[in-house]
Amino acid sequence: MGPGAYLEFEKPVLELEARIKDMQAFANDENVELTKEIVLLERKLEKLKRETFSSLTRWQRVQLARHPMRPYSRDYIERMTTGFISLHGDRAFGDDRALIGGPAILGDWPVMILGQQKGRTTKEKLANSFGMCHPEGYRKAMRLMRLAARFGRPIVILIDTPGAFPGIGAEERGQAEAIARNLRDMALLPVPVVIAIIGEGASGGALGIGVGDRIVMMENAWYSVISPEGCAAILWREAGAQNAPRAAESLKLAADDLIDLGIVDQIIPEPLGGAHRDAAEAASVLKAVLLDALVELSSLTVEELIARRRTKFRQMGVYAEDDTF
Amino acid sequence: MEWFRKARAGLARQEKREIPDGLWTKCGGCGEIIYARELERRSWVCPSCEFHFRIGHQDYIRLILDDGALEEYDRGLVSQDPLQFKDKKKYPERITAAQQKTGLADAVVCGIGKIEQRPVSFSVMEFAFVGGSMGSVVGEKIARSIERAMTRRIPLVIVCCSGGARMQEGILSLMQMAKTSYLLAELAEMHIPYITVLTNPTTAGVMASYASLGDVIVAEPGAQLGFAGPRVIRETIRQELPPGFQSSEFFLEHGFLDRIVKRTELKSTIANLFQFLCGPTSGVNDPEGLRVKHQELETDTAE
Ligand SMILES: [Zn+2]
Repeated sequence: MGPGAYLEFEKPVLELEARIKDMQAFANDENVELTKEIVLLERKLEKLKRETFSSLTRWQRVQLARHPMRPYSRDYIERMTTGFISLHGDRAFGDDRALIGGPAILGDWPVMILGQQKGRTTKEKLANSFGMCHPEGYRKAMRLMRLAARFGRPIVILIDTPGAFPGIGAEERGQAEAIARNLRDMALLPVPVVIAIIGEGASGGALGIGVGDRIVMMENAWYSVISPEGCAAILWREAGAQNAPRAAESLKLAADDLIDLGIVDQIIPEPLGGAHRDAAEAASVLKAVLLDALVELSSLTVEELIARRRTKFRQMGVYAEDDTF
Repeated sequence: MEWFRKARAGLARQEKREIPDGLWTKCGGCGEIIYARELERRSWVCPSCEFHFRIGHQDYIRLILDDGALEEYDRGLVSQDPLQFKDKKKYPERITAAQQKTGLADAVVCGIGKIEQRPVSFSVMEFAFVGGSMGSVVGEKIARSIERAMTRRIPLVIVCCSGGARMQEGILSLMQMAKTSYLLAELAEMHIPYITVLTNPTTAGVMASYASLGDVIVAEPGAQLGFAGPRVIRETIRQELPPGFQSSEFFLEHGFLDRIVKRTELKSTIANLFQFLCGPTSGVNDPEGLRVKHQELETDTAE
């Protein structure tokens, strides 16, 4: 594991794991009996993992959501589906590599699956704008969703973005319009739409592909109106950077917060320590949740589906009446 | 685009003092000293350079609605503190301060008014209330305005002025974008016309939802529009932004505005557009006799 490929709070766990592995290798190579010692260390490891990972702060979850080893959309698509055919382009300006998508088979279901793709290598990160969509990404997503709607196929969307790309070209080509239009046109899609926030869900950049019938969120994902850093920069100005952890707490951006606020329907548990510690397991749990949602939603008529989607979004918000005004 | 830079600098000064209180006031665009009465008579548009001073929601009601009359709805919807948001100043205190400053419960005023005798569902945002930011109350009031347009089958007008979603309500503010856009999908299905008026500024979460979804989108000259803030863009791309970037003129040039309309012509432009939009296949109940009255409107051939 290269430098920067782990988080500070993961370090003791990783070190202990490495020690156990070394000891096992030594025992095998030298044919020494170390079973008792290894069992003891393994017990210690279990305890340490529970202590480290069972009561994560919101900021630690944000860090896990950004973990360099965390599975990205493409990893999940590869593990969950067969026959994925990546389609490109918005038929207007270009192809946004921050947004991947195309038909695939999920379980027994032909679906349109879309996701924001950050990129693993430096080259890929740059090509994908670190998972930040340009207007082309939102328009490509809408084009693929319409394709699914035309042929009666459900849509599965994986959200993982640090935000919509802030740039000159993005503004020139109507970033705001592209997101707004998706919000409106996803409303009446006549097929089931299942949304999974798998990593970062930053602001309009996430919501721009986030209108659907079932919204599920991975245990260590975050979803908010603004990133902790953005919030901290507004509240603490120059001292913003060191206050991002505080901002993460203020924003209530973790999965269980979003359940409490009535935004998210279900939390998808991750392997202890985060999805990156067992990507296969994470993908299989996510897949089961997506399939359950598809089974349930596909039993509804189009009218029922859209009526329920309307109710879901219509009731979002918290306010009171005060007749002194 | 030199005038634009000046205009921006002027705006920053003007924010401190919403309505000039002295007899004379300095134009934020050209620097000319103008008699305040004269400015007021010209709807706070500079007679020399047409710089549009920022005005409040009541000014837009007077400018756009017949007799300056709005039958207001949902005036008493107030924000809660669902996140118990931790900040230097508590969120409820911020809200109370804004309420005392503006006399409003939150950053938008909604109701029914008439434009050249045609009833419309009308909403106008108030920048003086926490930067016109959209939390649950703004989202809910806009949603109800859209629903009023649908149930009464009357056109919808929203005058936008907002820095975006309100941070202190977190994800709930973000979801107001989806909520309002959802209802606009239904409004569009019903063929009920919707005109958005973008004023300075209309950005971020508001620009990326209902502000960008009008059948016709007009903006006042020189307004700051767009999705991302200039500071964030500058820090991301590490280069200076071109002059006039994200102005009304910029978005007109790039094809995202139908038209730039001077403040004093907003009403006649909207009325003229409704004459077209409330046509035979529109979902609007068009009262008898409106057609004749609208033909008397002036033709706007200006580019
Ligand atoms: Zn002037």
